[in-house]
Amino acid sequence: MAVVRLRDAAMRFGARVLFEHLDLDIEPGEFVAVLGPNGAGKTTLLRVLLGLTALSEGTVEINGRAPRRGSHDVGYVPQQSSFDPDLPIRGRDLVRFGLDGHRRGVPFSSASSRARVARAIRSVGAERYADAPIGRLSGGEQQRLRIAQALIGDPQVLLCDEPLLSLDLAQQQGVSELIDARRRAADTAVVFVTHEINPILSYVDRVLYLARGRWAAGAPTEVLTSEGLSELYGTDVDVLNVRGRIIVVGSDESAPTEPGGHAHHHHDHGHDQGGPGGSH
Amino acid sequence: MTATLLYLSQPFAQHALIAGALVAVTCGLIGPFVVTRGMAFAVHGTSELAFTGAAAGLIIADNPIGGSLAGALIVAIVIGALGGRERERDSTIGVILAFGLGLGVFLLSYYHGFATAATNILFGNIFGVSNDQLLALVAIGAGVVVVMAVVYRPLLFVSVDPDVATARGVPVRLLDFVFLIVLALTVTAAAQVVGTLLVLSLAITPAAAAQRWSPNPLAVSGLSIGFALVASVGGILASLASTTVKPSVFVTSISFGIYVVSRLVGPRVARHRRRGVPDMPVADMVASA
Repeated sequence: MAVVRLRDAAMRFGARVLFEHLDLDIEPGEFVAVLGPNGAGKTTLLRVLLGLTALSEGTVEINGRAPRRGSHDVGYVPQQSSFDPDLPIRGRDLVRFGLDGHRRGVPFSSASSRARVARAIRSVGAERYADAPIGRLSGGEQQRLRIAQALIGDPQVLLCDEPLLSLDLAQQQGVSELIDARRRAADTAVVFVTHEINPILSYVDRVLYLARGRWAAGAPTEVLTSEGLSELYGTDVDVLNVRGRIIVVGSDESAPTEPGGHAHHHHDHGHDQGGPGGSH
Repeated sequence: MTATLLYLSQPFAQHALIAGALVAVTCGLIGPFVVTRGMAFAVHGTSELAFTGAAAGLIIADNPIGGSLAGALIVAIVIGALGGRERERDSTIGVILAFGLGLGVFLLSYYHGFATAATNILFGNIFGVSNDQLLALVAIGAGVVVVMAVVYRPLLFVSVDPDVATARGVPVRLLDFVFLIVLALTVTAAAQVVGTLLVLSLAITPAAAAQRWSPNPLAVSGLSIGFALVASVGGILASLASTTVKPSVFVTSISFGIYVVSRLVGPRVARHRRRGVPDMPVADMVASA
């Protein structure tokens, strides 16, 4: 049974259509990348799955139910944040938020919550720095703790919103591998919003490509073709396969924004892309 | 020393100590949130407008506490209604603050005994706390502690990690607003002890000092309350002993002293120095390469 089910889903803001007639079933353990230019509706789709935004039309179900705010059916991994180095929060506290941060009261820890937090930290290999202030960790270390935070509620779906943004290449690999390992071990479906597919290309089962109010879904090799994307964008787009990496080039400057194109790195360190990912 | 002990049997001194301890607990409690949320200037702005409110309260109803409470709450509501980003918020506060201070001075110029009244509001008049005022402070303090005990965890989540808190369905805007109200109440109470001008010494300094000792949020809250208590109660006792110097002088001095010591010998500083560069992506690259 599908863990995420979208039926005839549409999202519109006034006259602007982000997507419509979207049908999508995501199976347990499936890795789905959501691609498309800025403003195409990738993040809006995540907000729908989080229960923060209602669809304009159609239905959405997670585990057979309408998405609810704060549900443990979904885990959420954001892009790397810039924490103040003196912020009095440890990695351990950040992970704990995923368990009960939304609940009232004072976060005194019980033996069982301590054990769950410790287990989540161990599962991402972050024991060594879990007690350091979060603002003093590298982007990769932070994102590992983010994944622990998202997984501590044992979600069936992991929603990732540009989690690799502003990480260096090695960190991108480490974080992607971790997410892939988890979905295989626990059959967790992954919905991975990104502007840059190459770091996760070898893990992705299916791509959902949103552009100009239209969408296409299927295996990466089916969707990421010159014909397919040219049709979506309504203009000539070339998809090049270079050494196992996919490069999308548009004749129209405003068309595709990947790879790399409009990534807004809001944080300076860990910026060194070190490889072809940063080439524009 | 004997004089101090003699004073301690007097109601005015007992009132002062109770009020001072209460204010210290509430300030110490909200302090880490103020620092984490970057709201030091909002505290300052709220307390300046509490001055305007106190002046108005004094003229209209001979009730400076009621007036300062009203002033602080109005500012909190205005800041909350404006919402917006930190930079916009700060410039708005600056605008209101400047006008509010001027208005307060204008109002006080109609009051007999202008200088004494202004000094008491700006620098505190803890030894003049009446029974009624003490009751009001106890009520405010208890309210702040209860509300903070209820919202502590989600407020911490929202303060350090607003994006994920939003994604997890935490009512971010509601908590922002609740905190502004708590802030207004605390500032009003603190202004009675150290005066509106020096509220920062109880609402910010102990929390900033506590952060130097631990990255554990609960430990920081505990230390912050402890430091505020030492500064407040210690300052009042020192003032009783000296008989001529106002307690706010001692409160702010002790508070500042704790901060300086914390900066110099707190373990967080040492760790930072040893590591040199705060970022350390190398370990992670090795781990995942």
